[in-house]
Amino acid sequence: MNIVECRGLKKTYRQGRVDVHALDGVDLDVVRGDFMALAGPSGSGKTTLLNLIGGLDHASAGEVVLDGEKLNLLSQAQLAELRLNRIGFVFQAYNLIPVLTAQENVEFILQLQNLPARERRERAMAILDDVGLEGLYGRRPAELSGGQQQRVAVARAIVSEPAIVLADEPTANLDSHTGQGLLELMLEMNEKKEVTFIFSTHDKMVMDYAKRLVILRDGRIAGERGKTE
Amino acid sequence: MFFQLAWRNIWRNPKRTLILLTAIVIGVWSMIFLGALMRGISDQMVRNGIANLTGHVQIHLRGYRNDPVVENSILQPGKLEEVLAGALPKEAHWTERVRVYAVASNARHSIGVTLVGIDSAREAQVSFIGSAVTQGDYLQPGKGNGILIGQSLAEKFKTELGKKLVLMALDSKGDNASRAFRISGIFRAELEAIEKQFVFVNLDTARQMLKLKGGISEISILLPEKSATEAVVQSLRKQLPVGDSLEVASWLDLLPFVTAVMELYDGFIFIWFLIIFIAMGFGIVNTILMAVFERVREFGLLKALGMKPVWIVRQVLTESFLLLLVGQVLGCIFGLVSVALLARNGIDLSAFAEGLEYAGMSRMIFPVVLVKDVVMANLVVFILGVLVSLYPAVKAARFTPVEALART
Repeated sequence: MNIVECRGLKKTYRQGRVDVHALDGVDLDVVRGDFMALAGPSGSGKTTLLNLIGGLDHASAGEVVLDGEKLNLLSQAQLAELRLNRIGFVFQAYNLIPVLTAQENVEFILQLQNLPARERRERAMAILDDVGLEGLYGRRPAELSGGQQQRVAVARAIVSEPAIVLADEPTANLDSHTGQGLLELMLEMNEKKEVTFIFSTHDKMVMDYAKRLVILRDGRIAGERGKTE
Repeated sequence: MFFQLAWRNIWRNPKRTLILLTAIVIGVWSMIFLGALMRGISDQMVRNGIANLTGHVQIHLRGYRNDPVVENSILQPGKLEEVLAGALPKEAHWTERVRVYAVASNARHSIGVTLVGIDSAREAQVSFIGSAVTQGDYLQPGKGNGILIGQSLAEKFKTELGKKLVLMALDSKGDNASRAFRISGIFRAELEAIEKQFVFVNLDTARQMLKLKGGISEISILLPEKSATEAVVQSLRKQLPVGDSLEVASWLDLLPFVTAVMELYDGFIFIWFLIIFIAMGFGIVNTILMAVFERVREFGLLKALGMKPVWIVRQVLTESFLLLLVGQVLGCIFGLVSVALLARNGIDLSAFAEGLEYAGMSRMIFPVVLVKDVVMANLVVFILGVLVSLYPAVKAARFTPVEALART
């Protein structure tokens, strides 16, 4: 069963007087439970595609259906609701809230979902334990290493048990050892909790871990290997 | 967590937050302090007015206030005394007076004055004169030719205690009446004009001189509380035979200038509040805008994580709310403490006494804090503060996640 369906997806940016076709007619289906990587050179449209799938940006043409919802039919508030409840994001630059501790960063999502304080605390601590951050609950992002921050970001992405996690170059700022640890962690989440992961990446290690690899070039799908079905 | 996040966010740049807090504190402090000062001035004007023979309530023959001549006297006040005894609160005091225009003269000078015939014992409980005599003695009931004059009048006449002063006025028959008095006391008043304007003699002596028999010009009533005035006026209007011949007036009717000044001060205070706020408002908008633009990427992240635009607005407004709350609490504390300190001994404006006289103001100002002024100052700052913060808040809510996250 598909969790993501992209049909004829186009995205054109205006850069000065020039139109840049970041995506030029992408058709893509992602099945539930996939562990998929989008690869390709810089400017191939990986991040743009991830942004469109996550409802962070609007397509110039075509449509994205995520977990049964046609994103182009949703309002800003509905998109926010969808991102909150069904999508987890992991960004290249970690993007944690600097004034909150690791635990509070993870709890923040649950707070937005109006979960009771006790449940929030328990779930946040449990997921931080799962990503190997026992005892670091009270540290603020500035007091954590890059790898630890990215683990917090992963914990935040999966704590609410979303249908899909979108990770934009999650290992780009990490050394290979830390990056591998993080991939192992996400793979474990994928296998244990059946969370769908889509990565955009340049990293060969990520591509190796991915069960399915989609290659983008010039805004189009140029190739693919290892379908999960 | 919204509050926690907001509180931590405002302390991300402590220097900027402290500068804004200082502006809010000074703004609120100045609103409370200046308001208290203006209230103190108008309060002192009311006190002076009430103590300077007005009292809280007066009863006259209808027409006396427009034409205060001896013909417009209450000829049989005896009935009124009975009503007053039953109608006034126990702690209230009242007195009867004769008050007419007269000419005072000695060998060198003559000047128009107001001759006030008083029941010395009762008058001392109602107006300032009982405790205002600084040289000589207060009027004694048996000493018919004693007269109290003000220090300024004594200086103008180059006269002193024991010297003679002649008063001339029209009596109840319309004839000229004159009588020689001996200066038995010299009084000081809060306002120099009072010292020049009023001379006091015994009530019976004034009646004799003006052929008034038992008549009086007015009854002046001092109540234990100013706030009871309207109720007493209404009660007296019901109980006294005011329909045909008498009128009951409150100090608000009797001191129209003071009433107008009080209304004017209300306006001044409000305008002052607005001016302060406008200055403060720019600071608030600027600071919050800077804080928002510094965190564009973070707002993008919050939206990407699922915060709705309205939640972002709430988040930014919560930060403003906390800043305003802290600033207002501190401003109120400083304002109330500084007013309390100054209210102990008052502010001495003797250096400007002559100028102040024209406005009927006292030489000493005691600031007075009104709860309504404190509430209004805080409401103005709070409501307008939150309103001006809406602009940066909406701005923050409008960043699209992709654009915001792309910023470095």
